[in-house]
Amino acid sequence: MTEFVQQVFNGLSLGSIYALIALGYTMIYGILRFINFAHGDVFMIGAFSGYYLGILFSFSTAGGGASLALALLVLIGAMLITGVLGFTIEKLAYKPLRKSPKLTILITAIGVSLFLEYSGQLVFGADPKSFPSLLENKPIINLSGAVIGSNPLVVLVTAALLMIGLRLIVMKTKIGTAMRAVSYNPTAASLMGININAVISFTFIIGSSLAGAAGILYGLNYPSIDPLMGILPGIKAFVAAVLGGIGNIPGAAIGGMIIGLLETFVTGYISPTYRDAIAFGILILILLFKPTGLLGKKEIEKV
Amino acid sequence: MRKFFFSSLIIIAAVFAFSCNKGSGDEILIGEFGSLTGSEATFGISSTNGLKLAVEEMNNSGGLLGKKIRLITYDDQGKPSEAQTVVQRLIKNDNVVAVIGEVASSRSKAGAPICQQNKIPMITPASTNPEVTAIGDYIFRVCFIDPFQATVVSKFILNTLKLKKVALLKDVKNAYSTGLADFFEKEFRNMGGEIVEVQSFQAGDKDFKAQLTSIKAKNPEAIFIPAYYTDVNLISIQAREIGLTVPLIGSDGWESEKLTEGKAKDALEGCYFSTHVSTENPDPAIQNFIKKYKEKYGSMPDAMSFLAYDAGMILFDAMKRAGTTDAEKVKNELAKTKDYNGVTGKISINEQRNAIKPAVILEIKGGHFKYKETVQP
Repeated sequence: MTEFVQQVFNGLSLGSIYALIALGYTMIYGILRFINFAHGDVFMIGAFSGYYLGILFSFSTAGGGASLALALLVLIGAMLITGVLGFTIEKLAYKPLRKSPKLTILITAIGVSLFLEYSGQLVFGADPKSFPSLLENKPIINLSGAVIGSNPLVVLVTAALLMIGLRLIVMKTKIGTAMRAVSYNPTAASLMGININAVISFTFIIGSSLAGAAGILYGLNYPSIDPLMGILPGIKAFVAAVLGGIGNIPGAAIGGMIIGLLETFVTGYISPTYRDAIAFGILILILLFKPTGLLGKKEIEKV
Repeated sequence: MRKFFFSSLIIIAAVFAFSCNKGSGDEILIGEFGSLTGSEATFGISSTNGLKLAVEEMNNSGGLLGKKIRLITYDDQGKPSEAQTVVQRLIKNDNVVAVIGEVASSRSKAGAPICQQNKIPMITPASTNPEVTAIGDYIFRVCFIDPFQATVVSKFILNTLKLKKVALLKDVKNAYSTGLADFFEKEFRNMGGEIVEVQSFQAGDKDFKAQLTSIKAKNPEAIFIPAYYTDVNLISIQAREIGLTVPLIGSDGWESEKLTEGKAKDALEGCYFSTHVSTENPDPAIQNFIKKYKEKYGSMPDAMSFLAYDAGMILFDAMKRAGTTDAEKVKNELAKTKDYNGVTGKISINEQRNAIKPAVILEIKGGHFKYKETVQP
């Protein structure tokens, strides 16, 4: 029983990171109807921003001057950096192609992804780096043997807060309403006086900064980062977004949690060899039986 | 069409011009492949540093067979496929007379068949998987093999630590790890120990909590993790995070200063691993090597540096005895190596082209590796 409780918790803290990345995929898809394959690498840049900011704010990697305020500063700094990165990527790589066929922009996204990965290897070096301990990890809850540390708890809570914040922005603010309008019908939205470019930029900034935050949380939980670290979590988060229904924000959050839990259970109770096979097997099953995902709505193609 | 013909001609000519990098008559070209970047970067860097020291020493003392030795080192980025490419390049383009490398068994196994096919002697400094030298009669090693390492670790856990219930965590993508885990499982059971749980992961994984939680549920007294240092670093941190406090026991793949980086410094306190050599050994050969290494690189050598130095020296010794760099003769001389006094001890090559040597157990204390005991073969 304690083993099960611990596994659930392991899965939730992994899943909340997938969920944060998945949100970016789903938001950008909702607005532009395309998959930003460079999103996983924005996540990587987020982790490296945290690494360098952490050094800048002089954390020792062994966990010396760790404090909540400084950790928060690193988190916000990394979100700003990745937000600016997302904005730049959209302006330089995707905006000139907005009128081109969807395939062109998809291939460009793969190009941007490879560019980030390999310039990352050039700039940061290809060997893994030890992520600074921003927060000291203390065992908090001890449920008859199931130890729940403070860091995974921080990851879970931060991810939840960010998701609630996103929900508020999308549902309660003017820009959020504009985002939903553009997602629903871009032409009609622009006819109503909505600045489409501004909405798209805003979506990229928000989505990328969430990926940046996920990078920091990932580093907190799994303190070894390298320039290719974004590939697999990026793909898993994409599966999570499709699982929840691509374009649907709560769907992405739920999808991320499901993938995280499933992976942990498969690894813990069956075998890690099947872990990825099961994640991608689910993707195939969804595409076969419910192509719109768990919460996705059916889109009617108008002729 | 004409234009195309000419341009392709030029390209072909250029390829030929660049590929014919024959050593000028007064040089002996030795090739090396290693992981200078990637998650096992310290393996490659330490061994190339050690080997360079051997080459430099030979050249300073008048060279080999009246010629200077030139070392060509290529990075395989820690990928078996890349190892194949660079070994091919060393042999076909650079025309090296012998190849030294790799530390990781999976990459040695990728490079060795190419050396064997081309009949170029290859010496691996630190690959311990038995299958590496089984590839052919041109493949040698200067370290012990994993069945021996498994015995050493089993004896240490049962007799010195007096622990009986052990869990096993192995990397299924890694020939070294699965091989050593299998030998250990058999050996430890034969000696009366109990393996309570076997879990696995794949190199490059970052999340090990699921496996560690399953291990914790079986209440082992120790966990044996035959894997490389980057993964072990993360595993140790996550083990402590979920409240798994038993000692972690490892093998020579742990040997790197990066093992105890970050939080792992505390997580690995009081853990043990088996390896080839201890830098605390007062043996003058070892201390002398450490001094030379420190002077040149400003850092401490690890086992990989010692072994690569020995690999180079044994190769040069065989060439000296053969009086030529002719591959077949060098191979025959290498096979005859007996009681060579290396920095990692007396080295004799047996019929399976493996070295018979003692192993040492090191204890991790305050992020440093302290000598614990030596186990004779």
